[in-house]
Amino acid sequence: MHALEKIFAKNSGREQVTAGEIVTAKVDFAEINDLYLQTVYSFYEIGGDKVWDSEKAAFVFDHYAPAPDIKSAANHAEMREFAKKNNLRFHFDTNCGVCHQVMPEAGVIYPGMIVVATDSHTTTHGAFGAMGTGCGATDMATILMTGELWFRIPEIIEVRLEGNAPKGVYPKDVILSVLGKLKADGAVYKAIDFTGSYVDSLNVAGRMVICNMAVEIGAKTAYMQPNKDVLNYVSERAVRPYDVQYTDPDFKYEESYVFDVSVLEPLLACPHSVDNVDTLANVIKGKTVELAQGYIGSCTGGREEDIAVAAEILRGKKIPKYTRLVVVPASNEVMQLCLEKGYIGDLINAGATITTPGCGACLGAHEGILAPGEVCISSTNRNFPGRMGSTKAEIYLASPATVAASILNGKITDPRDYV
Amino acid sequence: MKKEITGKVTIVGNNIDTDQIYPGCFLAITDEKEIGSHCLAGVDENIAPNFPKGGVIVAGTNFGCGSSREHAPIALLNMGVSAVVADSFARIFFRNSINLGLPLIVCKGISKRVKDGQTLLIDLENGTVTIKETNEKLCCDKLGDQAMKILEAGGIKPMMRARFGKSE
Repeated sequence: MHALEKIFAKNSGREQVTAGEIVTAKVDFAEINDLYLQTVYSFYEIGGDKVWDSEKAAFVFDHYAPAPDIKSAANHAEMREFAKKNNLRFHFDTNCGVCHQVMPEAGVIYPGMIVVATDSHTTTHGAFGAMGTGCGATDMATILMTGELWFRIPEIIEVRLEGNAPKGVYPKDVILSVLGKLKADGAVYKAIDFTGSYVDSLNVAGRMVICNMAVEIGAKTAYMQPNKDVLNYVSERAVRPYDVQYTDPDFKYEESYVFDVSVLEPLLACPHSVDNVDTLANVIKGKTVELAQGYIGSCTGGREEDIAVAAEILRGKKIPKYTRLVVVPASNEVMQLCLEKGYIGDLINAGATITTPGCGACLGAHEGILAPGEVCISSTNRNFPGRMGSTKAEIYLASPATVAASILNGKITDPRDYV
Repeated sequence: MKKEITGKVTIVGNNIDTDQIYPGCFLAITDEKEIGSHCLAGVDENIAPNFPKGGVIVAGTNFGCGSSREHAPIALLNMGVSAVVADSFARIFFRNSINLGLPLIVCKGISKRVKDGQTLLIDLENGTVTIKETNEKLCCDKLGDQAMKILEAGGIKPMMRARFGKSE
């Protein structure tokens, strides 16, 4: 069996599971974000009274942090009441950050667990050897009532990443290269196991970037076998004992893809699709792509490493007049670290706008919305029409280094001249 | 649940994500009728005000990809959609829709065969879609047992109420 299958088997009380089978499995942690007041309504509609386990469910107020209008403030208020009434041990209000960053920081994510959240990017937690998947409000309501959810055991694809990344190539470029090849529906209903020497040597943040965007390939979940970095991270934080699961040597993947990371160059996902991937060099060949805004943030590209590389590129320099750079640390912990190391000061001096840790403008809610006709380069995960504001705006997805180098010049720019 | 559905077709493209089905700027809205009024605003704001009641959305591949927002199927249901037929669907959207009792039918090649404004006759039990105007009958993937069970119960909410003995 694969490690993921062992997690499903353990949580559904079975010896064995196979792809295609439907099982009902226990959920080890359930998270509801602040777009999902519907979860509370659905919970009562299905006859819910109390949350099944007050230790294992939490709200994270990240999409509207802090509340930009009366409606979202009222939604927060109703969710806070529900959290209070159920005496939930963990609660992440508008002062914490993006759910996929604050949950691992709080130690509720660990190897061998099942985490379900009302957010598609829950695949992120494969970085820790967990089975993470997103769901909607009504599925979440059934979890809050019963502590369980039905799952179809997914087929598992191997994406083997070999070699070391060249200078100027980051985990974001690596996952964009995979997306460009497998396309936006390449892994629908399936799980992706990222393996290979690149993954073995990758730090926690880099692993999270890659697993995070597995959902853009359609994947139900992502997995990476925990390495030393991961085990160090969780051993300092995990709130419960855990078992790392291992894939049996005779396990057969449905398909395997091999990528040589050592030959990659900086990539972009061009408007308006995550899989519209090309090399940066091709995109700017013979033309200038002028920018209105750079954006560094989100559960994909708002960690300390991302802000650090931007600060290195922008230190002592200024972004051009009439452009803007919005930087959104993924969490308060990230913001504190970046403050201590001087990155935030460097970025402010370079002309950046720093906003509250949270999802910000990644999904077009607030704090950096795009006007019609504007072009943005972003370290986030989606460039769908209208994702960050106007449907007539254009979004290029790139690594944080590419975002910083580009906004410094007011046009899409190769970061390799700056790192 | 009705096992035969008839509705007028509105066609959309490939990779229609949930931001296009229900844009982020409307996410704080909780009134379902109001949610329905913004349905598919990311594709074309004129779709919702003119949508024929009981109409069918026909889409290309990977319909509903992206965000897990349940607003997407809530918007479709409240705009008056009776079913969505597509070349393929994204996973979370598929679950959310079935959970709310919105039938989704995978019919490979449908987006190239049917025209905007035609009428589709959908037979959920036998897994077929017929274009009324041309009488062309297309075979679809049958829904899985689990999805069918949920749809037959009228969605996951009545199913859960029945399981835990709560009456309507």
